[in-house]
Amino acid sequence: MGKKRKMPGLNTSSTADISFMLLIFFLVTTSMDTDQGLARTLPKPPEEDELNNEIKVKERNILNIRINKDDMLMIGDDYVDIRDVKPRAKEFIANPENRSNLPELKPKQIKLLGTRMVTENHVISVQTDRGTSYGIYFQVQDQLVAAYNELRDELAKQEFGYKYQFLTKEEQEAIREVYPQKISEAEPKQYGKGQ
Amino acid sequence: MSRFNKGQKEMPELNTSSLPDLIFSVLFFFMMVTSMRDATLMVKFERPSGTQLEKLARKSCTSFIYIGKPLDPQQYGNGTKIQINDKIAEANEVYDFVMDDRNKLAEIDKPFYTVSIKADQNSPMGTITDVKQMLRKGYALKIVYSATKPRD
Repeated sequence: MGKKRKMPGLNTSSTADISFMLLIFFLVTTSMDTDQGLARTLPKPPEEDELNNEIKVKERNILNIRINKDDMLMIGDDYVDIRDVKPRAKEFIANPENRSNLPELKPKQIKLLGTRMVTENHVISVQTDRGTSYGIYFQVQDQLVAAYNELRDELAKQEFGYKYQFLTKEEQEAIREVYPQKISEAEPKQYGKGQ
Repeated sequence: MSRFNKGQKEMPELNTSSLPDLIFSVLFFFMMVTSMRDATLMVKFERPSGTQLEKLARKSCTSFIYIGKPLDPQQYGNGTKIQINDKIAEANEVYDFVMDDRNKLAEIDKPFYTVSIKADQNSPMGTITDVKQMLRKGYALKIVYSATKPRD
């Protein structure tokens, strides 16, 4: 029991290696890519007394897109290809020539843009059969969103000189008021079986 | 000035004692952003591809519903099935599922509650519609059709 021994320092040179290993493990397991998809808002569930009196929409204001169980598409009364959906939807939403079979244009006061003729009451309805594949339904939804986005981009470029996504919040809101996104999630129907 | 030049011509060794700390901080970052897949998939699905996709805003407020063909057809058959959490479920169980999941969220997060539907592109719309009707009934009105970017 003589001299006091000096405590030897803990050798920490391998801590780095250990934490490196953990680091690599988490690097590998991390999935940074967030989920992507088309966001939609479903309508509220129908109240019981509402079930019978459906909201009446003028016929010219509805664009009916129907998909049957063989994944064939119909817009209005014509059979169409998936590639035709976007141009048809764009024409329907904007109604640039004010045709009488397309949605009615109504004047609307909009901030930053003044009074505009807007097809405020238009509705795009997508109806499917129970046997329709989800893939084609999704493609149609995607094309419809693409139609809205293109129209918004065109208007944004024309009015503000930039694409929609580069605008300020107020400007984006003004654009959205001109082209509000109205895709209806229709009540399911047994459809396309008999005819 | 000779005072500064005295001795020490050799290169001093690099001090690596703070290296572990550095790496630990990077490690903690990755530990925090990591979200391990919490459900083992029991159905296989190939999501449709789309061009107009948006990123999912808040992953913590999102529940997932998987729809596709079961990986184990002997047990569950060949039809399109719905997977909730870790088990195959019927469409009407979706209602309980969203109620439970939303109640787990903090009050402030509840308006942001979203359901992400990860469905196979060949599954029939009938199943999807059933799920959607249940979601409406449970007032889980914000949904995302999960999809991938086109590969080209």
